[in-house]
Amino acid sequence: MERSAATNAGSLTRGQWITKGLRDGFPICMGYFAVSFALGIAARAIGMNALQAGLMSAGMVASAGEFAALVLISSGAGVIEMITTCIVVNLRYFLMSCSLSQKLHPDLPLRHRFFLAYCITDEIFGLSAAVDGWLEPFYTYAITLVSVFGWTTGTVLGVLVGNILPAWAVNALSVALYGMFLAIIIPPAKKDPFIAGLVAVSMLASGLFSVLPLLREISSGFRVIILTLAIAGAAAFIHPVDLSEDNKESAS
Amino acid sequence: MKNVYLSLLIMCLTVYAIRLLPFLIFRKEITNRWVRSFLYYVPYVTLAVMTFPAILTATGSVACGAAALIAGLIAAVVSGDLFIVAITCCAAVFLTGLVL
Repeated sequence: MERSAATNAGSLTRGQWITKGLRDGFPICMGYFAVSFALGIAARAIGMNALQAGLMSAGMVASAGEFAALVLISSGAGVIEMITTCIVVNLRYFLMSCSLSQKLHPDLPLRHRFFLAYCITDEIFGLSAAVDGWLEPFYTYAITLVSVFGWTTGTVLGVLVGNILPAWAVNALSVALYGMFLAIIIPPAKKDPFIAGLVAVSMLASGLFSVLPLLREISSGFRVIILTLAIAGAAAFIHPVDLSEDNKESAS
Repeated sequence: MKNVYLSLLIMCLTVYAIRLLPFLIFRKEITNRWVRSFLYYVPYVTLAVMTFPAILTATGSVACGAAALIAGLIAAVVSGDLFIVAITCCAAVFLTGLVL
């Protein structure tokens, strides 16, 4: 990939990045639509209306985080409990934003950092982190537009019409997001044996954490944080990457 | 808290703050090689941990989930295209569901 001094990296123009983002966002939109239906149904069960559920989904864009929010609202939790639970459940986004902050061109105007922060979900982060070189923010915005549309629409419909999606459709659509994760991590693993090993170790460790006594009591959100700190930390120690200015492109 | 809208506002702002803070803290490129390498490896580890074993239980049938995982891995190696891999996983679940 050609190194670009401009804020938008690579050989694509901003328009092409937006087109790519709209396209890449589509599988996320499908998966989000299926998953957020369940969220809308859960929201209705605690007495929320479609507007409230829609605002929640558009404002938070976080699946585990929103289910936690529903529990907090229905149990009449206090402000301190709301804030601390939100921090704990959504802490992995902190790590993701740390990682993505290093994909931004140093000259990128500050406002983009405020916009990009809204876009950090597991899936949108995954795609944005996977681009070569510097991140063109409009790529992330395009993905977010399509994804949040699916997420919010699904939530609102879940409240309004309840369980109308047939089980086979929900089942089939809900793996779209995992398929996307595979499409992000497997191609670099094919090129780089160290990344392949890293992915294999991560999956193995995650599998162990889900079956071993005591470890399986840890919530999936915390499992992500613990394993990311441990495995990525060890990988950086064993195999530091050369990310000097001259070869930013080899970073991706 | 009784007010749903106020509760939502507080929680939305909290989640947004978690996502925003790192972008404001790390305004410059980090020079420490270990930290940079760590942040470079974060997406791979995070996404791998989130995919497995969650994909196995995502559909309510481990067989369907396993089919999605295997089909997705093959599609990712062969094509690598996001949309194709996602659709392949969906199709694998649908077809396995028909057989079972």
